[in-house]
Amino acid sequence: MRFQNNLFKTLIIIFLTTNFNVFAAGENHPLLKQKWSFQSFFGKFDRASLQRGYQVYAEVCASCHSMQYLSYRNLMEKGGPEFSEEQAKAIAANFEVTDGPNSDGEMFTRPGKLSDKFVMPYANVEEAKLSNGGAYPPDMSVLLKARSGGADYIYSVLLGYEDPPEGMKLDDGVYYNKYMYGNKIKMPQQLYDDLVTYVDGTAATPEQMAKDITTFMAWTAEPKLEERHKFGFRAISYLIILTILVYFSMKKIWSRIETKI
Amino acid sequence: MSESDKKPTRRDFILTATTAAGAVGVGAAVWPLVDQMNPDASVKALASTEVDISGVQPGQAITVLWRGKPVFIKRRTSEEIERARNVDLKELKHPEKDEDRAQNPEWLVTLGICTHLGCVPLTNKGDYEGGWFCPCHGSHYDESGRIRSGPAPTNLEVPQYTFVDSNTIKIG
Amino acid sequence: MSAHEYTPKSKFGKWFNDRLPLLTLANHLTDYPTPKNLNYWWTFGGILTFCLITQIITGLVLAMHYVAHADLAFASVEHIMRDVNYGWLIRYVHANGASMFFLAVYIHIFRALYYGSYKSPREIIWIIGMLIYFLMMATAFLGYVLPWGQMSFWGATVITNLFSAIPLIGESITHWLWGGYSVDNPTLTRFFSLHYLFPFLILGLVILHIWALHVPGNNNPIGIDIKKPSNDTVPFHPYIVIKDLFALLIFLIVFAFFVFYSPNILGHSDNYIEANPLVTPAHIVPEWYLLPFYAILRSVPDKLLGVIAMFAAIFVLVILPWLDTSKVRSAVFRPIYKQFYWFLVADVLILGYMGAMPAEGIYLLVARIATAYYFIHFLIILPLLSKRERTLDVPLSITEPVLGGMPNQAMARDDAPKLKSLG
Repeated sequence: MRFQNNLFKTLIIIFLTTNFNVFAAGENHPLLKQKWSFQSFFGKFDRASLQRGYQVYAEVCASCHSMQYLSYRNLMEKGGPEFSEEQAKAIAANFEVTDGPNSDGEMFTRPGKLSDKFVMPYANVEEAKLSNGGAYPPDMSVLLKARSGGADYIYSVLLGYEDPPEGMKLDDGVYYNKYMYGNKIKMPQQLYDDLVTYVDGTAATPEQMAKDITTFMAWTAEPKLEERHKFGFRAISYLIILTILVYFSMKKIWSRIETKI
Repeated sequence: MSESDKKPTRRDFILTATTAAGAVGVGAAVWPLVDQMNPDASVKALASTEVDISGVQPGQAITVLWRGKPVFIKRRTSEEIERARNVDLKELKHPEKDEDRAQNPEWLVTLGICTHLGCVPLTNKGDYEGGWFCPCHGSHYDESGRIRSGPAPTNLEVPQYTFVDSNTIKIG
Repeated sequence: MSAHEYTPKSKFGKWFNDRLPLLTLANHLTDYPTPKNLNYWWTFGGILTFCLITQIITGLVLAMHYVAHADLAFASVEHIMRDVNYGWLIRYVHANGASMFFLAVYIHIFRALYYGSYKSPREIIWIIGMLIYFLMMATAFLGYVLPWGQMSFWGATVITNLFSAIPLIGESITHWLWGGYSVDNPTLTRFFSLHYLFPFLILGLVILHIWALHVPGNNNPIGIDIKKPSNDTVPFHPYIVIKDLFALLIFLIVFAFFVFYSPNILGHSDNYIEANPLVTPAHIVPEWYLLPFYAILRSVPDKLLGVIAMFAAIFVLVILPWLDTSKVRSAVFRPIYKQFYWFLVADVLILGYMGAMPAEGIYLLVARIATAYYFIHFLIILPLLSKRERTLDVPLSITEPVLGGMPNQAMARDDAPKLKSLG
């Protein structure tokens, strides 16, 4: 009996602790694990990092990568970069949005509003592929959740560019990346020192920019994270209290019968 | 089959406390299920619309969409304003002064929905020049959008709006 | 169970009950005599009912915002997550609720396997239960397609392609299922319709399941027949209601941890990539609760035989009451069966793990062995045990072992009345 119990427990533990998404790194390179402010039970986003991350997105990534599920108003909402309404409106107004048809039957462009979705860099997937050597730069809205390894993976890939190992041949437009699944990536290295001049004056090292854009992408993928953590704390605290109350109620009720098993 | 044990104090307290706590939880759980039917963030973002009125000529009206509903924005001529202001309130089914309906007398902003049964009235038609006529059941509205004859009970509704600048009206 | 022994207290109650005996039913359910020695493995029926209702309510509400069209489905789910008030919460409850539903159903099934709850006279309860399980798997499969991610699309493609293995008519059936020549919009819209329907079929079956249970009454940990009502039973309300509530709350705490702190850990990251018919994911895997069957399917090199093996795995469960005919119900008194039970548990866990691995090399070999063992357990070991196993002596009543403190101790007492075997 004991043996079976222990065997069972051991198997359960192995079963549960093994992540099915076991292929967390290309070619056995463990990812550059970071302590992210938004991880674990009380995780929150670093507001300043989100704002810097937006800047990296806008200045470095947005020319190729769309963010199709975001609207400009999201930039001012709680739990995100929390730009002021004026700042968010100004950001939106920087972009030309296609609207229409007007009463002449024509489409026209106008400055963006808070209610508009982020403007896409290309008209469609085919145009995006054409401009990027046949590879489609994926939309970044939920990209962080779409990759096993999540934030650590995105961060690692951005910093993972190296010379290819001995004997590996790379086609034109293909680069070696230590952490990318399959190790070959069609996006060249993007992050170099001082590529961006951060509005808040932070030094723009590749590590800093990678951290900021990853934080930003964690937010775009999970804009409700902070609300979810807060609600969760309250829900679970409440459930624990209720469980204790029900436990004592149960004891009280069962005490009515004289003998118990 | 429970014995009616008439000792209300101790035993019942834990049960009452638990039930009360449980009710709170049930309420908290039900609220999101109800609230999800309320207007969502993307709908609320479109709760107000800004309209460019720079191209509208005197005597001309445009119809714009606001919250899924038609809104008439009419640029009135001085004769139309004059007529609207000189109406005896006692003649009106729904007495309202024109001054109370138009922030800027040159511009009239009303919902384009007949207050009878919801059809969209026709601009610059009907018995009142510069007013509206609803073809569904024959309601006539004047230069101020007030009901003058026909089955509609009240004047065309004036939504909340502000002049952002001389060329732009923000509705809602 | 005799009707009309119960008289409602109020005049209106009496008038109504004479026309539709709902109050009699409610009274039956509250007074229903339940064995008083039920342990916490018996609380999962109530937990499952809660899970079903939760899935139906959250699903209903999601359907107010979800758009079942290939071009809009993924975006509509993002709209729910971002814009709909509490949409993120309802979606995560629904997605993780499916996993919790299966966790509970597996515990519920394994309880039945251990304590012999499938044995006479409870065969129909067991078969209805297997039908519910099958419909649950179908519902979960259909539901997973709806977000129209890569796993949605390719999982649908792999599983619907299985039907093409049927000789002669296989391809026609597959095209009929698809509504086209591949998984596409017509497939999605009909999957949505069926996903909405099946839970209500499950609900009907659950009512039949409980009704069938109330005829013989609950099984219990020592597997003996008991008189109802008696000193061995307690009325369902409040004793079992409060215990089920306690267990449900523990379950909800676990559920809450998933929903609020790791809502995507049971899912697959590839499903956050929009469906692309031109790109196949590196590893197509179903959700964890379908993995054992996936492993069995892939163990057999032939496509048709693999499908047959997969359905056979469920079929052997359905006919279990006729494979295991031992007169002793509970594994508490079946020491050999108990051993093999734990081997089966290990086997199923191994199958599940193999289902997540690529079907090659050592993984495929282990999957094949585990598949073979699974069938050996049901088709060979259990019938053998039914004939050969020397079972332990079974107590006469529930209250009797209490005097010794534990069933084991009672069996050590020489003077306690016992049955050598149940006739």
